[in-house]
Amino acid sequence: MIEGFTALYIFMLSAFTGYEVISRVPVILHTPLMSGSNFVHGIVLVGAMVAMGHAETTLELAIGFIGVALAAGNAVGGFVVTERMLEMFKSEKGRH
Amino acid sequence: MDVLIQISYFAAAILFILGLRRMSSPLTARTGVHWAGAGMLVATLITFFWPGMENYLLMTAAIFIGGVAAWWTGKKVSMTDMPQMIALYNGMGGGAAGAIAAVELLRGEFNSDIFLTLAVLGALIGSISFSGSLIAFAKLQGLIRKPLRFPMQHAINLLVFVLAVVYGGLLVVSGDTAGINLLVFFGLALGIGVLKTLPIGGADMPVVISLYNALTGLAVAFEGFVLNNAAMIIAGTVVGAAGTLLTQLMARAMNRSIGNVLFGSFGGEQGTEESVEGAMKPIDVTDVSIMMAYAERVIIIPGYGMAVAQAQHKIKELMDVLLARGIDVKFAIHPVAGRMPGHMNVLLAEADVPYDRLYDLDEINAEFAQTDVALVIGANDVVNPMARNNPDSPIYGMPILNADQAKNVIVIKRGQGKGFSGVENALFFADNTRMLYGDGMAMTGELIHAIKQF
Repeated sequence: MIEGFTALYIFMLSAFTGYEVISRVPVILHTPLMSGSNFVHGIVLVGAMVAMGHAETTLELAIGFIGVALAAGNAVGGFVVTERMLEMFKSEKGRH
Repeated sequence: MDVLIQISYFAAAILFILGLRRMSSPLTARTGVHWAGAGMLVATLITFFWPGMENYLLMTAAIFIGGVAAWWTGKKVSMTDMPQMIALYNGMGGGAAGAIAAVELLRGEFNSDIFLTLAVLGALIGSISFSGSLIAFAKLQGLIRKPLRFPMQHAINLLVFVLAVVYGGLLVVSGDTAGINLLVFFGLALGIGVLKTLPIGGADMPVVISLYNALTGLAVAFEGFVLNNAAMIIAGTVVGAAGTLLTQLMARAMNRSIGNVLFGSFGGEQGTEESVEGAMKPIDVTDVSIMMAYAERVIIIPGYGMAVAQAQHKIKELMDVLLARGIDVKFAIHPVAGRMPGHMNVLLAEADVPYDRLYDLDEINAEFAQTDVALVIGANDVVNPMARNNPDSPIYGMPILNADQAKNVIVIKRGQGKGFSGVENALFFADNTRMLYGDGMAMTGELIHAIKQF
């Protein structure tokens, strides 16, 4: 169980990490990186699965179902478009 | 099993961070997304073993439906339309965070008011991101064409926001999280996203999408606290922070503040806008081809119009033809050309234009004065000299490419309309500018053909 100040510390350190990790990104990678970070928050899928897995009423189940489907779309779609964009950077090294 | 789940989430968090780190450099970017993808796969698979879960069949069906639909659209969409797809997938993530919150609030089993508050906050932010991203998608997709503005708009938006916060507070204070208040709360939250995004002009959409991306990250982190899920907390917070920074970088590239984007009335219908004196002077393909065939230095300035016309491959061909004649060809890339920063780089990379021919603002602006032909294809606001010299212009102060300083400026454009921001472009009326009217791809094709004749 993550509680109280531990949670706060995790939050703070993650925020600094996120800020640092992309602080020196070149402009050409802005779009792919936005897409990449969009993919990463697709992790919401695991939360949606847990929420749906514990649903008891039909209403909860229905909302959970929508949540899981949306989250899967976020994760899969995010990955596919990021991959396609970054695919185009592959020949850079060989060209020079 | 519980330990194994925690280990997997820990590994996933590390892979996400390292993946994002690698995505920040062109050399390692490709592997970066694979690292993050591996993290996602591990985290998703292990979650099937989360203790006490049911509804596996429906869950798998939901993953399958959402996943296949996204896979199919993601593979099929053209590079030009990437920005709105990012908006769409981002909205889905926000919606998912909202759905998690809805289920948890309906169940109403919270350990403390702190978790309840976080669930409500996550629901608010996630819902705003969901509906806002969908509107952004509709705008970029061309489903909604004009920014919607009405009197007292900011006041109404503020009122809806305050109401949403009040109802959110009611949920927390009353502890009755499953009643009619929940429905009203979600309705208001979704309304904020719609109302907030509708009046924003298309030119500002990249900043808005980036902002919603950061918001979704934050919503995911908050719901992560509620579900006691470390992977969600870390990944969500990292994205929230990275997305915020990215939003700032983009806004800065356009010389605008985030507040200005959200609360300004950019590209307003009436007001300070001045008309430009002079006339646009047309030119035909033959004249342009002569001009280019005997030039020494050519700078090509692509913009969103190139993306729409799918002209990047033809532009590459034009570059090859000019290079074969010993002409120096460079590409001037404005950081926010297109609908997103880096949009042009992605398209030109797709067409195999070498990376070292692309120059950004600072590198190339001094060179325009020694350039024979500046070819503007589908760019508009990013070459508008009014940003430099007309303090009344809505885009005044935005750094631009100084195309107007080239000896000759050729603008390939479909018609006489204004740019995405709705601002008149003084460059088109300049003495050294000629307009080549037509579809970007068709005109470039004709140009290549004509230059080959010499």
